[in-house]
Amino acid sequence: MKFSDFVATDAIRSHVDADTKEGVIREMGQALVDAGKIAAADFESIVKAIMKREDLGSTGIGRGVAVPHTKHPGVSRLVGTVAVSPEGIDFESLDGEPVQLFFLLVSPPDRPGDHLRALESISRQLRDEGFCKLLKAAKEPVDIQHLLEEADAHGVVS
Amino acid sequence: MPTEWSPEMAAESRESLHQVHADPPLAETVSREVVVANSQGLHARPAERLAREARRWQSRIELVADSQRVDGKSILDVLTLAAEAGARLVVEATGPDAREALEAIGSLFDRNFNEHAGSQGT
Repeated sequence: MKFSDFVATDAIRSHVDADTKEGVIREMGQALVDAGKIAAADFESIVKAIMKREDLGSTGIGRGVAVPHTKHPGVSRLVGTVAVSPEGIDFESLDGEPVQLFFLLVSPPDRPGDHLRALESISRQLRDEGFCKLLKAAKEPVDIQHLLEEADAHGVVS
Repeated sequence: MPTEWSPEMAAESRESLHQVHADPPLAETVSREVVVANSQGLHARPAERLAREARRWQSRIELVADSQRVDGKSILDVLTLAAEAGARLVVEATGPDAREALEAIGSLFDRNFNEHAGSQGT
């Protein structure tokens, strides 16, 4: 699966204002609402579901990356977005490091395969440290978009 | 164990020391097949549990699926398998505590990572 299959370009954020776990999740959720990818009416329940999932164990998978996610009946296909916090946010990651790079995913309840393949794409590309660094250093959303497009087109050899 | 020292033994032991470094004689490789029983596949939470368990052991832990071989101690690696429900994987452990490690990891799969069929499982 390619990033372009699930990342909503208009919802990419290169510099989140939030400095807490819930804050960044809300900001990314709002970005998806603004981009028309999730309904405003579903916003609160999606944020709540993502936070509930975080309670089961942080989605901070190390290397300064987190993949907060949930299933929600409000979407008919997998939607997601990317955000960067240059300062980093405490996300209770496995390795204890603050998180700068976030991939938020909302998938329909009946499509576990798509969710797995999105996780696969993200993790495959992020094994490349250079790619991670470039994403974290992005100044504008369009920089992130271009990096994702490049990864989609050429893959990142890790 | 030899009881008397000789120069040959010294040479031999140097050589075996070298081997210990490169490939420890104690480092056996054991493996077993496991099945992903979770209806959601090997998603973020089980991948995290697996990597966490694998890191408790000294042995190298690898997961093999079709053409892929990945480091079981890395969540990112485990997630790249995108192993769906019913997928068969081979867990390989190499090192001084390989057997114990394999048993612990095999049991995680056997217990389905303590996830229940009705859980949200994201």
